[in-house]
Amino acid sequence: MYDVAIIGAGVTGSAIARELSRYQVKACVIEREEDVCCGTSKANSAIIHAGFDAVPGSVKARVNVKGNEMMDQIAKELDVPFKRNGSIVVCTKDQDPKGLEVLMEKGLANGVKGLQILDREALLAKEPNLADDVVCGLFAPTGGIVCPFHLTMGYAENACMNGVEFFLNTQVDEIVKAGEGWQLKVLRRDQKKEEVIETKVIVNAAGVYADVFNNMVSEHKIHITARKGEYMLLDKTAGSHVSSTIFQLPSAMGKGVLVTPTVHGNLLVGPTAVDIENKEGTNTTLAGLGSLGATAALSVKQVPLNQVITSFAGLRAHEDHDDFIIGEAEDAPGFYNAAGIESPGLSSAPAIGLMVAEMIRDRLGLAENPDFNPIRKGILDPDTLSLEERNELIRKQPAYGNIICRCEMITEGEILDAIHRPLGARSLDGVKRRTRAGMGRCQAGFCSPRTMEILEREVPMSIYEINKNGIGSEFVVGVNKEI
Amino acid sequence: MESYDLIIIGGGPAGLAAAVAARDNGIESILILERDKDLGGILNQCIHNGFGLHTFKEELTGPEYAARFIAQVKERGIEYKLNTMVMDISSDKVVTAMNRQEGMIMLQAKAVILAMGCRERSRGALNIPGYRPAGIYSAGTAQRLVNMEGFMPGREVVILGSGDIGLIMARRMTLEGAKVKVVAELMPYSGGLKRNIVQCLDDFGIPLKLSHTVIDIEGKNRVEAVTIAEVGPDRKPIPGTEERYTCDTLLLSCGLIPENELSRSAGVEISPITSGPVVNDSLETNIQGVFACGNVLHVHDLVDYVSQEASAAGRNAADYILHGHGENAKQVEILPQGGVRYTVPKYVRPEEMEDSLTVRFRVGDVYKNCAIATYFDDQLISRRKRPVMAPGEMEQVVLQKAKLAEYPDMKHITIKIEEA
Repeated sequence: MYDVAIIGAGVTGSAIARELSRYQVKACVIEREEDVCCGTSKANSAIIHAGFDAVPGSVKARVNVKGNEMMDQIAKELDVPFKRNGSIVVCTKDQDPKGLEVLMEKGLANGVKGLQILDREALLAKEPNLADDVVCGLFAPTGGIVCPFHLTMGYAENACMNGVEFFLNTQVDEIVKAGEGWQLKVLRRDQKKEEVIETKVIVNAAGVYADVFNNMVSEHKIHITARKGEYMLLDKTAGSHVSSTIFQLPSAMGKGVLVTPTVHGNLLVGPTAVDIENKEGTNTTLAGLGSLGATAALSVKQVPLNQVITSFAGLRAHEDHDDFIIGEAEDAPGFYNAAGIESPGLSSAPAIGLMVAEMIRDRLGLAENPDFNPIRKGILDPDTLSLEERNELIRKQPAYGNIICRCEMITEGEILDAIHRPLGARSLDGVKRRTRAGMGRCQAGFCSPRTMEILEREVPMSIYEINKNGIGSEFVVGVNKEI
Repeated sequence: MESYDLIIIGGGPAGLAAAVAARDNGIESILILERDKDLGGILNQCIHNGFGLHTFKEELTGPEYAARFIAQVKERGIEYKLNTMVMDISSDKVVTAMNRQEGMIMLQAKAVILAMGCRERSRGALNIPGYRPAGIYSAGTAQRLVNMEGFMPGREVVILGSGDIGLIMARRMTLEGAKVKVVAELMPYSGGLKRNIVQCLDDFGIPLKLSHTVIDIEGKNRVEAVTIAEVGPDRKPIPGTEERYTCDTLLLSCGLIPENELSRSAGVEISPITSGPVVNDSLETNIQGVFACGNVLHVHDLVDYVSQEASAAGRNAADYILHGHGENAKQVEILPQGGVRYTVPKYVRPEEMEDSLTVRFRVGDVYKNCAIATYFDDQLISRRKRPVMAPGEMEQVVLQKAKLAEYPDMKHITIKIEEA
């Protein structure tokens, strides 16, 4: 019997798990996919929002601003790439600058620090590539950019180190009330067998599926729409086109798209916003990708779209009432929702994690875990070492002298670390999210056969089982002449 | 810091031929740096035949062609390091490289030859919409899996792009038992050699659809289907022309990009047309003593031409190391016009050049019954009829030093396509 079972190993579920591991608790995280960070957490703007968007008094507003404030410490504890690059909402000559004042007032009410409305000249001093039509903008110095993969993996690995169990490839099919607690009927997708997990408390952090689980146990039905956002990622050679995150003032034409550097030095353009029925609909579209360039040009000029290296789509879990639903379901004691976590979910994760963990601590009367270690070390980046240190490392571990990914210059040593650390990578995408191998301009054309070889050697998987992102995504279908 | 007269970056066909020529022209101290575990470069996975018709007057496979040059390198005792990645080249020719045994090493060179080759354009760069499942490979990655590792990456295949590697892989996958359903090409002409279209598609009944592109990829985990559509003259899909193919594999053969990250970090000027270094008749870049040859300079159609070009780079680097440069030599620019997209080299030094110089280029469209005309300023020098010219095949003009000497005041040379 678990004290707590968390459904979903995205950034929200992982943050809750990590904050819970501060206490003496028997907890598990149940994830349908083969890895943590496989849903909304892996495909978003990777922005730590300042907090001026949300309606004052909303849950969103509260956890966004608090999450933003917590991010420096979390990034340090979990060794996550994070930078406060500042954000700017721009207003063009066809828009009403009052919109910026409204945002500023909301920001002040939400407790966002350092907000300033700047004129064109002041904006150009910061961002010379702003579009010619930009007349003024709202500058938020606390806006930031983060690696969403490492934020999620950092939380999950740290939770794992502190005793939380993870069931990957495990899909929750049914939730049944059982006495004071719950039974979760699950399918272990890798072993193709059904099991029952018993727990006192459930946390529903299931992203776009959170409505499904809530509605299994509660009469307070919720409805979550998958809101698709398509993005284009540009080469690092375009990464300095802007240095802040450039937002557009929402208008009748929609919310607009952002143009931002990523914390790894690429340039990101997106997202579109289209509500779809299919909760698995992470495909990009001709229309969506086609629209991004023109929309981006409203705020930033000469975005070098010929340097796109990949495009992707993510699904925001949009709840009908436009706010996060965090807390115990009224008619289902012991069932806690962290539902409707769309943007700014990444920014809010630290605060949501703390908030839900404290609710459960109080309910179960959990004592502190004296062995809790808040520190997780990320994967060593040899580029951060001096020449002497690097050569010493290679002497001890020659794999650090072997480049596998030529675009991002990722060594075999880093890939081995990604595979053998807690919750280690078991797929090419898993290796990619942890190390960036395959994330560069050739998009794994060079390194994928090499990474496949390393995975086959290092984990108990045959070449036929080596996959891109889990069961069903195997690369090799046979040996020559056999098919 | 250890030093060499000549460091060659890359041990593929270009690097090997350059090394042999440099040694034969008097350079003892040569080092080839190769990132793979063998010399030979991409030829090692090109197990089909058709290599060497010009160089050896016989038809070899890729590994056989490479083996002849590797043997020449070994006979001459030329030094090389395998499994060694070059991390940086500085403008003063300090090469930083890394391998398992030695860690990071820094080497000083008097001259450097860039011979890093090229890479394939990825799905991401093409911005093809759809899901991102397993089963999407660049043709060269699939070629490596099939030919080097012996694994089949799929059973039912659609190919986008009619570059040579894609054409070769259409045949290769078919011979290994896969079904290649269609090859779609965005342009109204193929990007590959005519002989490959005949031998790899026509002979196997594989349809080639020109002016078509992929507009959707289905399948969340593994490719399940691909939709192609016809494109108009603006290269935008025409609604109503969609055709859906069920398949588990999409191969991409949509162009090659010279791999010049190291050149850029050294400060080498790169041509926006070729994506390779801008060079003069000695294949020297804007940085004195840094030369380039092979697919890093411009993408070639035949390896024979790579070897010829690389030999010239090796000779010229040797000459530079032994004799230095004639300072401030007069330089004449070659202007590509009327369908000629670029020329390599871009500059000629009439007093310094070898007795004859092969200028290579590609055309931007299909030309029938046209001629390649060469002008010294406004003076027509030569005019050669060509029944067919296509972007997939390289063309050339040979310039004679003696002829250039007759025009001492020449401002530029023009090479253009004219009606015959």
